[in-house]
This record gives sequence, C-alpha cells and structure tokens, in this order.
Amino acid sequence: MDATASWTYQRPTQTALGRFFDNRAVLVFFCMLPAAGLLLIFLTYPLGLGFWLAFTDTQIGRSGEWVGLENFQSILHDRVFLNTVWWTTFYTVVATVGKFALGLWLALLLNENLPFKSLLRAIILLPFIVPTVLSAIAFWFLYDPQFSIISYLLVDVLHWRDTYIDFLGNPWSARWSLIAANIWRGIPFVAITLLAGLQTISPSLYEAALLDGASSWQRFRRITVPLLMPILAVVLTFSVLFTFTDFQLVYAITRGGPIDSTHLMATLAFQRAIPGGQIGEGSAIAVAMIPFLIFATLFSYFALARRKWQQGEGND
Amino acid sequence: MIDRLTLRDTLILGAGALAATGLAGKAARAAIPTADVPPPKQEPEKGATLRVLRPSKFVDPDETIFRANTKAFTEATGIPVRVDFVGWEDLRPQTAVTANTGAGPDIVLGWPNDPHLYSDKLVSMTELAEYLGKKYGGWYFLPEKYGKKWGTNDWIALPMGGSTGPTVYRTSWVKEAGYDTIPADLDKFLDLCRKLKKNGHPAGFSLGNAVGDANGYANWLLWAHNSYLVDEKGNVAINRKETIDALKYAKELYPNLIPGVLSWNDASNNKAYAAEEIGLTFNGVSVYYVLKNDPKTARIAADTDHAPQPFGHAGKTPASALILNAMLFKHSKYPNAAKEYLRFMMEQEQYDKWLTGCLGYWAQPLKAYAKSAVWTSDPKLAIYRDGCGNEFWEGYKGPINAAAGSVTANYVLVHMFAAVSSGQAEPEDAVREAERLAKRYYKS
Repeated sequence: MDATASWTYQRPTQTALGRFFDNRAVLVFFCMLPAAGLLLIFLTYPLGLGFWLAFTDTQIGRSGEWVGLENFQSILHDRVFLNTVWWTTFYTVVATVGKFALGLWLALLLNENLPFKSLLRAIILLPFIVPTVLSAIAFWFLYDPQFSIISYLLVDVLHWRDTYIDFLGNPWSARWSLIAANIWRGIPFVAITLLAGLQTISPSLYEAALLDGASSWQRFRRITVPLLMPILAVVLTFSVLFTFTDFQLVYAITRGGPIDSTHLMATLAFQRAIPGGQIGEGSAIAVAMIPFLIFATLFSYFALARRKWQQGEGND
Repeated sequence: MIDRLTLRDTLILGAGALAATGLAGKAARAAIPTADVPPPKQEPEKGATLRVLRPSKFVDPDETIFRANTKAFTEATGIPVRVDFVGWEDLRPQTAVTANTGAGPDIVLGWPNDPHLYSDKLVSMTELAEYLGKKYGGWYFLPEKYGKKWGTNDWIALPMGGSTGPTVYRTSWVKEAGYDTIPADLDKFLDLCRKLKKNGHPAGFSLGNAVGDANGYANWLLWAHNSYLVDEKGNVAINRKETIDALKYAKELYPNLIPGVLSWNDASNNKAYAAEEIGLTFNGVSVYYVLKNDPKTARIAADTDHAPQPFGHAGKTPASALILNAMLFKHSKYPNAAKEYLRFMMEQEQYDKWLTGCLGYWAQPLKAYAKSAVWTSDPKLAIYRDGCGNEFWEGYKGPINAAAGSVTANYVLVHMFAAVSSGQAEPEDAVREAERLAKRYYKS
C-alpha cells in the first residue's frame, strides 16, 4: 500500500448496488412493487383461485381434482342456472334503464335553481349512504306478505284493495319488487354524477342557443346530451357492473326465491358454493359472469365513449 | 292420537326403566338418574387453553348459561376457554375453513352432517360418548345416527342437543274448528286447516327459501306419505308414487294456508304467529318462549299448545331434529382438555341448567335428561323432550353425507312442493325436476 498518495477530491466510485438502484427501470420496478403486491395478493390471487376452482370438483371439506370443463357443461344443462342468466341480464338492463331515466331527470331538476338546493342534494344521497343490507331489510319489511305498510295503506286505510299484496310470493311480482328496490338504491349515484357532469356544461352554450331560438327539447338534445355523453359512459359502465354483480339486495329480500326465480348469478354461485358445499360448481357460476361483465364494459365504454356518437357525426 | 300416546308412553317407560337402573348408584338428590360409571381418564395437558366456536343464541339463556358453564369449567380446572358465537349461516363456512386449514378453534359445535364431511380430521369421541351413554341412560336415535361415522360404531362427534319443530297451535282456535287436538291423520289435518282458514286463523308453513322451516315442512310432507329422497344405498329414489301423493296433498293444503308463504323466511312464521295472523305452524320452542316471557303476549302463550306433526302414513313423527354436533379437530394441541371440557358441559350439574334455562330449545341427546325438571315445569314443553328420538334424518333413508346437505341448502324438496302448491308445475314434472337436481349432488 502506498500511504503517500495525494488525496484528490473526487466523487466516490459507485458500488454495483448503487448503480443498480440508480437504474431507472429498477427504480420503477421497486416503487411499483408494494402496489403490485397488494393487487396480486388481494385481487389476482382470489380471482385466479376462483378460476382454478371452477375447473375442479372441490367441495367444502374436500379438496378437488381437475375436471376440466365438467362444471360448465353441468351448469349449461341446469335450467336453474339458465334462468338465472336470463334474469340477471333482464334485471341489469331494466334496473339500469330505470336508474338512468330517473337519475337523469333528478339531475336536471337539481341543476335548476331550487330553494334549499344543497339540502336537497344531500337528501338525494341518502339511499346511497345507507348500507345496502339495511335498505334491503327495510324493503323486505315493505314487501312482507303480512306486515307490509303498503298493503296496510291500500287495504286498511284507503280500502282500495281487499287483500294484501303478495309482493314476493310469485315470480314476476318478486322480480319487479327487486328491480324497484335496486332502482331506488341506484338513483343517487347516477343523479349526483350526472349533476356533476351537467355543471361542467358552460351556460353560455345555452344562452347562445336561446338567442338562436332553440326550444328546450332542442337544447337538451343538442347541447346537454352530447356534452354529458363522456360521463354518461363512465357512469353507465359502473352502474351495469354494480347491478350485474348485485348480491345483497336479492339475498336479503328474497334469497333467490320464490322457487329460484330471482336468483342472480352472484347469489346462486354463493348458494351452491357455500351453504350447498359445491365449491367447484359455485365457482363455475361466478366465472361464467366474467364474459358478460367484459362485454358490458366494452360496450358501454367503447360504444358510448366514441366521439362521433357524442358529437353526432355520421359513420364514416 | 293413539299412535302418539303409545309412542310417547314407550319412551317414558323406557326412560323410567333406565332411571330405575341408574338410581341405584346415585343419591336421590339428583333428579337426573345416572349410573355409576367412572369418567374416562383424560388428564388435561399442562398450560392448555381452548377455543370453542358455536352457533349464536336463539334464546338468551342459550348464551348466558353456556358461558356460565364454561366459566365454571375454567374455575374448576384453570383452563381458559374462549367461546365465540357466530351467525347460523356463517358457521358452516367457518367450520370448513377450520377443517381445511388445520387452524382455529379446537372445538366446533357445528351442524349435524358436518362431522361426516371432515371425519378424518376429527379426534375420536368413542370413549367419551360411551361413558356418557352409560352414565345417562343411553343416546337417543338421532344423536347416535349423527354422532357415529356412517355404518360404524365409531363416534366422530359428540351431539350436545337437538332442536325440533313440532306443531305450534292456538288451542281455542283449533277447538273452534272442531278439534280438541291436532289429528295425526292427514285428511283430518287438511280438514282442520280448511276450517282454520274459514274462521280467519289460517295455518302457515314456509315454502320459501327458509333453510330450517321450509325444509322442515317439505320433509314432513314427504315422510308423512312414506316417501323418501334416497334409498339405503344413497341412490336418488324421489320419483315414486308416494311423492306424487305428497305433492297432491300439498296442493290441496296450500290454498288453506295464509297467503304469502312462498316468500316466507325462517322468521316469518314466528312473526305471523305472534301477530295472531296464523293459528297453526311448525316451529321450535322459540315462538312459545318469546310469547311466554313478554307480559304483553303472555295471553297468546296461555292459549298456545304443542303437538307432534301429524304422523300421516309414517306411524311416527315424520320429522328430524337439528343436532348440535361437537367436533374436536385433530389440530387441537390440547385434545384431552377439550374432551374434558365437553364431558364437563354434558354432566348434569352443567347440562341440566342449560337445558332448563333454554326451556329445552336444545333438547337432550342423552335419555336420562328426560327426567329434567324443565319437562315437567310446563306441560306444554313436553313435546320437545324426545325430539332427539325422531327417526328421520336429512337425506333419509340414505347415508349422512355432503349430498344430503347440498339438497337441503339448495331447497330441492322445498321448490318441488312450492312449484306444485302454487300451480307452477304438475306433480309429475316437479318430481322429475327434483330428481334431476338431487342426482346432481348424489352423482359421486
């Protein structure tokens, strides 16, 4: 060792480790790791496990073996499942249309200058704030065959009917009752988000239209709707996803009854898998929801978010 | 009625005979006749602690007395025990997780057929069960069925009680309809329901997605007509003439029930009965218990009585019981302490308090407890006393297995009866559909 070497000022040479961490790609990788880890553990793993289980004959208390598509073939021949697919689609479409019609109407009303505007807006949010199970139980009381306040009013107070309404006792009235409950619960989300959209529309556009003598329908059709389209597409996507995967309302109000006529795919998957013990079959039903969800998402996102739709240009 | 008396008398005689043998070894102080049998040697491990999981209470004392008994065990042995109460519907998934992961509670007081799904993961209870059986006059039919591994004499679980749902009815309204008691004959029972409906106090049985009540009603209809879901070997045998008879009967009965039963859940008949909307239903002791303990409704309780479900063609109570089945998992580090805990809870000093406090909500699995003071404290409770002696089980006549549980959980029989009752299907079609669905679960 040469102890007399003169000391020169210089930056210490970087260690291999230091160089490694200075690498941009590596840094990005490590900064992303916590988030990716969370996603992997809490999102990808359960989803992957659900997928895997759908291809096995796992039951509660017994680990299963790979059976390929057997579960899917089995549910495709199950009338209960096919009915459920049909009803889940119907429920989603009708409830979403209802939510949007009423939500948009409400948003337009709230966008006007009303007295107590902020108070009203707060009240509108109430159904959304109440936990779903609580509102489901409230609806369950409203729909009770013996203790329904609606029946009580119609029969005992107003004398418009002779018998209590059997809201949940036959398939169609149960279905419409559930749709009504779902619409009630979904309106605030739609109304508040569309209201936010409405408020981004510049009033000068309406003023200009007024000066040109546009009717209120023309103003709605030509200004409000096109400018609302982007947010409408996002809200619609979310709303369809929430409705299609609904569980709590149906499970708390009808449990899928009467005679399986109101099972949604989510409730049927749960009933088959957990109380019924057939985890493989339940998972297959849950996995069968995925194509529908992807289709719904793609449709509302790509179709409705297209510029030419929004701006009313013709197809080219 | 004749049938019923003979059955009951035989059971009482049986209990009496057992009592006579038992009394020799035990001081007359105790009302519970016991035989002098040394408890099994199961020295608790040093530093043992236990965790117990059980279903939530249906009546308050179920929890308070259970906790008090557990505390007495801790005081007597120094072994801390934590008891967790979970909702009835969460119990099965939690049992499954415990069994599959080999972690969690040492003891699960689970649902009747769960031990049969996890039998290889459970510590044998044979020694303890045989000791208790000898000491307390033997086990009833259902605890033995559900406690032992199918077709063997090995106890895989320790049944702690059973809950049944016999007929609960308003005496004055049944009298008004011209009956002193609930007829065992199906035609007369139909006539009674018809008259109850005419008088404005109809009967009500759930045909909705109510795991307990609706399955109980469906099983009653099936078994009272001498029909069954599967044969002894576990082959689906529902598609038979007797089932068609049961479906036709259900269809005749249905218009005489209160409207809306297709959407009834497990709480609906309790509510309707308490509101005096219905005059007759099948239920556990909970309806009577609640009415009796509330001064506002004591009047209804006074006019309430219980009877077995009509026997129909079965010749015996066509019903099962919900057995509370204690499982001790092999992953427990303190199996001896756990067995000792179970023994302690089943001994008369503790068990009788629990039984009595719950007004027999969980009826005893051991015959000697038929002598408990609770059964004479209120003659109206007597019907619940021998609930564990019912001779039907979930998936009768087949083995107790997962498929039987799946059929119950998916309401296969309930829907069959509901579809025919409400006129949505012909009996022949409904039974074929039920056969198809049942075969999905009984395939393997």
